[in-house]
Amino acid sequence: MNEMTPPKAERAAALKGLGTERKRVEDARFTQGKGNYVDDLKFPGMLFGDFVRSPYAHARVKSINAEKAMAVPGVIAVLTADDLRPLNLHWMPTLAGDKQMVLADGKVLFQGQEVAFVVAEDRYIAADAVELIEVEYEELPVVVDPFKAQADDAPVLREDLEGNMEGAHGPRRHHNHIFTWEQGDKDATDSVIGSADVVAEEMVYYHRTHPCPLETCGCVASMDKVNGKLTVHGTFQAPHAVRTVASLISGIAEHNIRIISPDIGGGFGNKVGVYPGYICAIVASIVTGVPVKWVEDRMENLMGTAFARDYWMKGKIAATKDGKITGLWCHVTADHGAFDACADPTKFPAGFFNICTGSYDIPTAYLAVDGIYTNKAPGGVAYRCSFRVTEAAYFIERMIEVLAIKLGMDAAELRTKNFIRKDQFPYQSALGWEYDSGDYHTAWDKALKAVGYADLRKEQAERVEAFKRGETRKLLGIGLTHFTEIVGAGPVKNCDILGLGMFDSCEIRIHPTGSAIARLGTISQGQGHATTFAQILASEIGISADDITIEEGDTDTAPYGLGTYGSRSTPVAGAATAMAGRKIRAKAQMIAAYLLEVHDDDVEWDVDRFVVKGAPERFKTMKEIAFASYNQAIPGVEPGLEAVSYYDPPNMTYPFGAYICVMEIDVDTGEWDIRQFYALDDCGTRINPMIIEGQVHGGVTEALAIAMGQEIAYDDMGNVKTGTLMDFFIPTAWETPHYTTDHTVTPSPHHPIGAKGVGESPNVGGVPAFSNAVHDAFRPFGLVQSHMPHDHWRIWKTAHDLGLHG
Amino acid sequence: MSKVHIKLTVNGKQEELLAEPRELLIHVLRERLGVTGPHIGCETSHCGACTVDMDGKSVKSCTVFAAQANGAEITTIEGLGNPDGLHVLQQMFKEHHGLQCGFCTPGMITRAYRFLQENPDPSEEDVRFGMAGNLCRCTGYQNIVKAILAAAAELNAAKEAAQ
Repeated sequence: MNEMTPPKAERAAALKGLGTERKRVEDARFTQGKGNYVDDLKFPGMLFGDFVRSPYAHARVKSINAEKAMAVPGVIAVLTADDLRPLNLHWMPTLAGDKQMVLADGKVLFQGQEVAFVVAEDRYIAADAVELIEVEYEELPVVVDPFKAQADDAPVLREDLEGNMEGAHGPRRHHNHIFTWEQGDKDATDSVIGSADVVAEEMVYYHRTHPCPLETCGCVASMDKVNGKLTVHGTFQAPHAVRTVASLISGIAEHNIRIISPDIGGGFGNKVGVYPGYICAIVASIVTGVPVKWVEDRMENLMGTAFARDYWMKGKIAATKDGKITGLWCHVTADHGAFDACADPTKFPAGFFNICTGSYDIPTAYLAVDGIYTNKAPGGVAYRCSFRVTEAAYFIERMIEVLAIKLGMDAAELRTKNFIRKDQFPYQSALGWEYDSGDYHTAWDKALKAVGYADLRKEQAERVEAFKRGETRKLLGIGLTHFTEIVGAGPVKNCDILGLGMFDSCEIRIHPTGSAIARLGTISQGQGHATTFAQILASEIGISADDITIEEGDTDTAPYGLGTYGSRSTPVAGAATAMAGRKIRAKAQMIAAYLLEVHDDDVEWDVDRFVVKGAPERFKTMKEIAFASYNQAIPGVEPGLEAVSYYDPPNMTYPFGAYICVMEIDVDTGEWDIRQFYALDDCGTRINPMIIEGQVHGGVTEALAIAMGQEIAYDDMGNVKTGTLMDFFIPTAWETPHYTTDHTVTPSPHHPIGAKGVGESPNVGGVPAFSNAVHDAFRPFGLVQSHMPHDHWRIWKTAHDLGLHG
Repeated sequence: MSKVHIKLTVNGKQEELLAEPRELLIHVLRERLGVTGPHIGCETSHCGACTVDMDGKSVKSCTVFAAQANGAEITTIEGLGNPDGLHVLQQMFKEHHGLQCGFCTPGMITRAYRFLQENPDPSEEDVRFGMAGNLCRCTGYQNIVKAILAAAAELNAAKEAAQ
């Protein structure tokens, strides 16, 4: 090394690569109000769209009269299903192989369903016109309960499917049945359960909720009739998939469609699907020839787009007397609402729910999921979770607790006894997954030690005694969870959405002066991609992250990718980034060898340069190599320094974690207080610890909301009872507790940099941790199972039903 | 609908316009004046994304008629920094990773700007209570609280140094 070369560590630090707590490059514009969200967009002549929505959950639409609305100055058009029918756009395909009405076609199937679309010169005029449109309805019997929906005499919801008993995922056995999805070995599981020492059986309900990002869904569609090009700016978590779907259903050639996702104000799964608003805005722009903006309001968001969960999970778990689990049986009744609009990989109608054996070595298991239509909004999206994984984690973590009660065993000890051991990885689960890596015992022991588990149990026992003596009215709950996630969808051989393989991509261009731009098929919604993907690349190609621009979200410039949801950005696009970086480096090696007049094999990589082996004073930095690639004619090497990688992951990644919640519960008011929350995450290689911690903070807070109060509730008439933020619980800074974050690092063996993804782990692990704490507080008084959300009233009711109010 | 004549000052700039009596301040700011920093998150005054400073008070501009702002002095996120650089709150939000998707951030910082004038030396509990009108879905508030406390310390240190 010559004297001018700074030491290795100093050069590595200057790159701000993997493992650096790099500050976010996005923040300068966001902190100054210079973000660029869909509703900030304004184009000349732009019109506004607004929906007439159904007040009824199930009704025939007898007539729609828009005469008065059309008479309002500034109203340009009113679209109904009749206007869309000639274009064959009155229905649209869903991501789950079903179809959904864009505008009510003869009947409505849920409250808030889109009935007519008004286009007007401003949003006030559009709202006025919505009020003036007269729709005559004839009410039909409503069914909101997925069990009642399966009765022989239950109302037929989907008349369009009558007589069609072959669905997208196999045979349908009832007019409100969508699919049955089975995994595992039924006979073997029945036999294990039939002959087990101990069987615990319980119904675990994970209620309906909603991702509710602070920015609602919306778009601006602009049809340029001169050049025939349609541009849609929208809140899209998967812009390329939207382009392909838009092309397939509109007939516009795909190269004439440009989808742009600008800044997105949170997604959490809400912005994966295709909604009637997008279709109507596109049609309205094609009809009018000017840009049309549609942005839903909060009530429309909560009532109409993308609910999550609503899984009734019946479980049986079998074990030996001393607590070794021998089998798991699960039947899910999945309430999909009026249309099956789940956003899962096509071959997985219940997502990856078959991860429901969790962190445990369960030799035999069986799972069946029945999808059911009801008069509720469509959706079933992965709300900060990878395709039904949070339902699966909640199910198994409740079943473990229920089994512990049945065995009279400590729930921590029961987990320790049944974890998949480190030496069992890669581990083949009974329901079909190959877990890539894990070290559950180490993480668990670290967590128990960190919270002082034994002392907590002692304190809890003393508290129960004090309660019984009448000295306190507060109980103490210790909520344990060890979760295993499955993210990074996924291998093209079994993961696709509407036939599009779930690979992802990165394209890198190195500029002559040694800075770079990288474009990806993903799209950030707050995860900080512009910051972290540059870090991955910095470590791979020896160019400082500060000199790398990351660009996403414009289908005209970004390489094709399936987008950002299900914690897939780091596992899939992150891998593509590393692989594209390695291609750059391979070419750089040839250029360096040429410049140094040695054989390619005689140079080696050193942080930010290639050096001649054995002669460290002879080197070429990436900056020098970049310039040479543009200015030298190198025999056998093309000019320029660019690379692209389309990465098809060989497997999913399996992040895991141990969460413990210590909660005080007031028996008389039902109020709760989180005294401590400890979150240990193992997401493999850590790219930016600051961002990981931020993701955990946010995900645990969303879990707190879901477990402790957040719900999309309906009455028997199908009226939405939680349509505003007054009723739909989002914790404030005041209710949100402190979190202690921790980690272990078990890299993924198949990911180029060993990273696994973290965005959704805290939601997956957080919900059972909070819920288990509530249950654990009442365990000494006989509570086995109660339903979320654990709001003050439900907790009070639990205490009341247990006879704790005297 | 007859229109109301409104004069107001937005980030130091005099503005004059005719608005319908029902027109909301947030729409006038965003759509007429191009001030798109404040956002719309709920329309029911729960989320605080639309928070602006009006005559020395934090208001949720989705539930204020533009006509009510006649003669008012409005400051939005765009008015907090100065040509020399960012407001200390803007710096501290970046420094402490107090934002993710950025949608709540303008309202959050604008509220914090007023809160720290109401209570220049707050406890953590004060911050959590004083900021409870602004929702964030990404951060779990941990780093927002940290950023505001850090900004308070910076501002107080600067005040002391000036004395």
